[in-house]
Amino acid sequence: MVAAGAPAIVHLPRSLIALFPGAQRRLEVAGSTVAEVIDDLDRQVPGMRNRLLDAGPEIRAHINVYVAAERAGLDTSVPAGADVHIIPAVSGG
Amino acid sequence: MTDRVALLIGTPKGAFILDGDASRRDWSVRGPLCEGWPIHDISVHPESGALLAGGGSPWYGPAVWRSDDLGRSWTHSSEGLTYGDDGPKLKTVWNVTASNGTAGSRTIYAGVEPAGLFRSEDGGATWAHVEGLTNHPTRPEWQPGNGGLILHSIVPHPDDRNRVWVGISAVGAFETRDGGAIWETRNKGVRAEFNPENRYPEFGQCVHKLVMAADGGEHLYQQNHCGVYRSTDGGRQWEEISAGLPSDFGFPMAAHPRDPGTVWTIPLTQPEEGRLMPDAKAAVWRTHDGGDSWIRSGDGLPQHDAYVGVLREAMAVDRLDPVGVYFGTSTGQVYGSADEGRTWSLVADNLPPVWSVEATVVR
Repeated sequence: MVAAGAPAIVHLPRSLIALFPGAQRRLEVAGSTVAEVIDDLDRQVPGMRNRLLDAGPEIRAHINVYVAAERAGLDTSVPAGADVHIIPAVSGG
Repeated sequence: MTDRVALLIGTPKGAFILDGDASRRDWSVRGPLCEGWPIHDISVHPESGALLAGGGSPWYGPAVWRSDDLGRSWTHSSEGLTYGDDGPKLKTVWNVTASNGTAGSRTIYAGVEPAGLFRSEDGGATWAHVEGLTNHPTRPEWQPGNGGLILHSIVPHPDDRNRVWVGISAVGAFETRDGGAIWETRNKGVRAEFNPENRYPEFGQCVHKLVMAADGGEHLYQQNHCGVYRSTDGGRQWEEISAGLPSDFGFPMAAHPRDPGTVWTIPLTQPEEGRLMPDAKAAVWRTHDGGDSWIRSGDGLPQHDAYVGVLREAMAVDRLDPVGVYFGTSTGQVYGSADEGRTWSLVADNLPPVWSVEATVVR
């Protein structure tokens, strides 16, 4: 049972935290939507938002966000205590 | 103390640094740096010695990287590097160049794709869009070249910080004289053979590389899709200097740091013939008289089966005497000359395709 208001747990890829020395792969983040979670992520790790979001704002084309194992968009709700996975798409060469 | 040269190499698989010895003969390779991000250009901030690398990740977007310890550690930023939420998505950074302003007031410029110019007044931590260029009345008609609609050349005036030239493919050259508010086209006399209805338009020329000569600020050279040119009046009028070269097509160009009559270029076969070294023989051509005549040097370069190309940012000079000249190939070799381009030797091999080369003298 997860307490109401419990922070979400954001799981970040290795290639992303490598850009922010000292950042952790697993972070507790506040927010009731993916957009709010990314805003709080950016407060904790300044610059993170620019790596995840493009103009629009939109989630960058080759970044996938999953909330409780379901593919999510910026407006997707994030329940208390949910796991949010940020995963680079399989692309590149 | 002995001067040594470090070569800063941008590739689609990250940045690399080639550390040279005092003779510029032995080199060691460091990399990949910048977390393996595609890096289009690396430049050196003339005051602080900081390295500034521009590029963009397919996953994480565009950024300018900065290193204050010759590439051992890096930070990055793209704060303000955007056309806004309603504007086009900014794909990558193609060029980073510090201006020549007075000490402590150097602007850093970033040229990006889709074509536009950004400036930073705080060493690359935050950026602001130079809207005057994007608002140029010709902007709705800008068309991309084969490499995209990119702002790839940034040439600050050596003394006047309000004057900057830029090169955009396939749009041409522009100059501002008021720090970026108003821009004027600078393409008179430059051919656009791909536009048979108007071979000399006001804009739409495919400039490949714009460089400045050493004597003051009005003397420019350019390698274009359609020829090699010089201008002695800040780009208001260009004069073709392709005669004597084996091809009028090529990408890179580098200017001598002290002799305004000397530039180096690498002619390549036409696009439909592969953009390769002519006759599969590698050579760098130089002029010492401002382009009136050209001298070929392939001494030390492969003279058979050299199916290599060289991209626009992939040639550089150092400031030593004699000047060192360096270029990188699309097949991952870097060649260098410690005698101003007369003889050449292999500096590094088996790198990723080389997108950019810069040379800096370290002590």
